[in-house]
Amino acid sequence: MFSWFGRVSFVPYSKVQDFAIHLKNGYLMGSRCKACGFQTFPPRADCPECLSEEFEFVEYSGKGVVWTHTRIDAAPTGFDDDVPYTCVVVELEGGGRLLAWSGETLHQEDVEIGMDVQVVPRIFEDTPDIRVYYTIEEPGATWHKAPEPHLG
Amino acid sequence: MRDAGIKKDDLDASVVAAVPEYHKQRSVAGVVQEYLNLNPLPTWLTEVACASGSAAIRTAWMAIQSGLHDVVAVIGCQKMTELETADILALMGRVGEVQWESVFGTTFPGYYALFATRHMHDYGTTRDQLLDVAIKNHYYGARNPNALFQKEVTKEKALASDPVASPFCVYDCCANADGAAALILAKEEKARAMAGDKVVWLDGVGCATASMSVLRRPHLTGLPSAEEAASQAYAQAGITAAEIKVADVHDCFTIAEIMAYEDLGFCEKGQGGKYIEEKRPYIDGGGVAVNVDGGLKSKGHPIGATGVSMAYEICRQLRGECGERQVPNADVGLTHNVGGIGQYCFVHVFKNS
Repeated sequence: MFSWFGRVSFVPYSKVQDFAIHLKNGYLMGSRCKACGFQTFPPRADCPECLSEEFEFVEYSGKGVVWTHTRIDAAPTGFDDDVPYTCVVVELEGGGRLLAWSGETLHQEDVEIGMDVQVVPRIFEDTPDIRVYYTIEEPGATWHKAPEPHLG
Repeated sequence: MRDAGIKKDDLDASVVAAVPEYHKQRSVAGVVQEYLNLNPLPTWLTEVACASGSAAIRTAWMAIQSGLHDVVAVIGCQKMTELETADILALMGRVGEVQWESVFGTTFPGYYALFATRHMHDYGTTRDQLLDVAIKNHYYGARNPNALFQKEVTKEKALASDPVASPFCVYDCCANADGAAALILAKEEKARAMAGDKVVWLDGVGCATASMSVLRRPHLTGLPSAEEAASQAYAQAGITAAEIKVADVHDCFTIAEIMAYEDLGFCEKGQGGKYIEEKRPYIDGGGVAVNVDGGLKSKGHPIGATGVSMAYEICRQLRGECGERQVPNADVGLTHNVGGIGQYCFVHVFKNS
């Protein structure tokens, strides 16, 4: 179900495809290597440190700090209706980094390197099929979340 | 071949550099080989995004060093105008990581803009300094008959151009282009016999990589692959950065040239903005003369051809054939050719003796 992830999906299947189901349920998941314990985002089925194939999903708080950003005005194919949008790279609590758009509570002109932010799971509401993503918001932003992680 | 004073019967093989996704024609090496009437000589394609041309040079160098071939033609080519700009933005954006990044509409200028934002934050690099790179490269491109844009640009005009990805506007970005370039590489004795005093020596070949995903880079103020490739090439050629007189570096975006000054050791880390502001990379500017052929910015960036075109310019400089763009006493030159967003980097050192 990784085809759920993103406005335009280039990767329909993935070893970490359950990520998209967790995201639909309101959970942002990174990965933890069962062999060496290395934890990272984006999740990796094969550990980037020791190449072990044994991994488990681990819940991320979505709290983080802005690493860098840019406002895209010239859109690639498939994103013409979304421009301008601001791509923000966030260093995540828990380890690793994430790239996403600034959301409705974080105006693009206010994005600054070093500021605290919150990553929020989202579902596109303008598409007929299920499409999930996440946005970068002000700290304290809330969202709907299933009582506990599950794959339904 | 005319310049090298050879005929096609002197060739042992060709290596073709091109990025396949831009062409409707598949497997372009075969087309080049037929069109140049080089059948049945061996040929093969090299691909490492925008550094494909330098990969072809490295491959030819390896073929000669191994003893397999003595004389190899290196041909870089790309025809990008078969695609629309939005499609190229999408295609180039996918040299980033497609699973976690491209889904957010990342573009090639967008990626370099992420570097620019961070470089400006950490080192105080300014918007004006970025545009100073474009102004220099257009100044020299206006004097290069092989450049796509042979006209100078003012800061006012550059600033007024359409926004692309902040802080970049159109004039911070190189252009998609059609183009080709070729070199003849030969082993030492053959080269001396064929070309005599015109020979330019490839003395150092450096090549390194960095993570595909920018999310997994150690920092976004330079390219680790460029630093490593430069250090390999300098060691092999037995030189330091201070000995380089002229360089063609990969200025796909204005920040890329500023980071190249730093990664190659032309100035201290963080001082790239000041280096261009003080006009040091101009001819007689007191630094290394950089992209005095107009660079990718003004010459255009037909991605498969670019690395070969850089080597062409440096060879002409080391032979003293560049007219009003000639760098005085150019005896050591360098090319710095980046693939993608620094996933690949090739640094080559050339000497004229």
